[in-house]
Amino acid sequence: MQTLNKVWLFCVLLFVSSVASANLTIEITRGSDQALPIGVVPFAGGDSMPEDIAQIIHDNLERSGYFAPLERSAMFDRPSQAGDVEFGTWRSLDVRYLVVGRAQQTDSGYQLQFDLMDISGQRRMIGETVTANANDLRGAAHYISDQIFEAITDIRGAFSTRIAYVTAQGVGDNMQFGLYVADADGRNSQQVLTSDQPVMSPAWSPDGRKLAYVSFETERPAIYIQDVATGQRVQATSFDGINGAPTWSPDGRRIAMSLSKDGQPEIYILDVANRSVERITQSNSIDTEPAWSPDGRSIIFTSDRSGGPQIYRHILGSGEANRVTFTGNYNARARFSPDGEQIFLIHRSSRGYQVARQDLDGGRLVVLSESTRDESPSVAPNGTMVIFATQQGGNGVLSAVSADGRSSFRLPAAQGDIRDPAWSPFLN
Amino acid sequence: MQLKPLARSLAVALSIVVIAGCSSTGGTQDGDSYGGQDGSGVGSTTGVGTGGQYGSTSGAGAGAGQQADSRIPEVRTIHFDFDRDTIKSEYESVVMAHARYLRANPNARVVLHGHTDERGTREYNMALGERRAGAVQRFLNVQGVSPSQMSVVSYGEERPAVRGQTESAYSQNRRVVFNY
Repeated sequence: MQTLNKVWLFCVLLFVSSVASANLTIEITRGSDQALPIGVVPFAGGDSMPEDIAQIIHDNLERSGYFAPLERSAMFDRPSQAGDVEFGTWRSLDVRYLVVGRAQQTDSGYQLQFDLMDISGQRRMIGETVTANANDLRGAAHYISDQIFEAITDIRGAFSTRIAYVTAQGVGDNMQFGLYVADADGRNSQQVLTSDQPVMSPAWSPDGRKLAYVSFETERPAIYIQDVATGQRVQATSFDGINGAPTWSPDGRRIAMSLSKDGQPEIYILDVANRSVERITQSNSIDTEPAWSPDGRSIIFTSDRSGGPQIYRHILGSGEANRVTFTGNYNARARFSPDGEQIFLIHRSSRGYQVARQDLDGGRLVVLSESTRDESPSVAPNGTMVIFATQQGGNGVLSAVSADGRSSFRLPAAQGDIRDPAWSPFLN
Repeated sequence: MQLKPLARSLAVALSIVVIAGCSSTGGTQDGDSYGGQDGSGVGSTTGVGTGGQYGSTSGAGAGAGQQADSRIPEVRTIHFDFDRDTIKSEYESVVMAHARYLRANPNARVVLHGHTDERGTREYNMALGERRAGAVQRFLNVQGVSPSQMSVVSYGEERPAVRGQTESAYSQNRRVVFNY
């Protein structure tokens, strides 16, 4: 058995900006009863722009579950700067915060100015002038959304992040698979890879530049690392048996994975620079689906060493693993919250396979999703939402639920199945 | 989509390789309907689809016995119970037929593809699919098939034989396929 270190500099299917049919749309499926009322007034001068900045901000804030934006039809006043805001008008609409702004075309694109007003405190909280290229107005709107979200909640916004996911169409031997990257709102989808063999388990590097994933394009599983912007990629592992479930260490130097080259699938750590692998778990059972703790000191993984699948935690260097989950007979594919104190996982309940949350050091397991065919939870870098794959009308769709379970939304695809979402780290 | 010329030719070359290597996995979605005790009762199978892949074997109605060992057995899919990797007694004759063929043809190679239904998490299912294919591999080995003739690839839940969220679809998807 030998490590295959062949460097493949393929430029695989790249730079496909905005494949319209692959874009995802958002459907809010549950709104939080604790959402804050906010108004996002249409930007002055925005009528002639290719994107509706205020609508993008509105949608972002609503999707977060933290806000209940006021409908435009209820706005009988449309101020565009802080000095024009009549606080009484908005107080009578029960709005607690108001976003106003204006846009101006410049030689190179647009200049956007916004102000965030605290209606009850009758003050301007923040404001900023943002310049944007005409083709990056959505990015500018996401940036403004991030500033607003953080100013009010004290939590860093994650609207400027991205999501990787896998598409599949067909059945049996006639299938097409695709790996895509899109903005966190499902727009601007970009094809990373297509294959008629399975592609699965994309994982972002901590700097947000690379994806590790599993591809069967050689008719057996191998792990690849691909630069998202350039398309350059290398085959990282191609051992006998399973090469699966890659996840990066927080420092980006190592990738934990599941390999079955020595018998049953076990957890190994790949050194990305020198391609050596170190075996971490020693068991006669299935060990897979590793996830690195945010402090880099431990790895949680799925193991059936006690019979059915449960989550275990291995503190690196300790040589042993402790069981973390005890509720029910199926708990798998866990991911850490950014603070490392909680895990999100798939739990088999009496209703089916659902996204659940549990404290790492025990405590009650809380089911978050209402759907019952859930897979692949992935946590937003600010910890507020968990995106996962589920089914709707027999098709695979992406769905997201807030970490507290209060709100949720869905991102159905135009066609085929969509699955295996991976939320990127912060990108700016 | 826009491909750079180099990428396009590489992608085409890659897909040709992939297609070429992807021959005989289909066809036996309806694997419950396998034939006689020797696994060679072609005439009695009903679900062997996409006949082109099987070439000269179609409708031959080959009898049991030694003659059959010169041909790859017709039934190439066996099915499993939920969450199990046990070879069910009803499929032992199928696996035995493959064992005979492989013993009689030492140059033959088989890749055992393990599959699961779609329930549960993807990578855990990858491991369960490998366990199923491994059980068949061990069975063949006990029957005297050389390890060098066999390899295992698990596809987990990634390549369902049929779509759907019914018990029938699930049971058809829990399978090991013999690929020669």
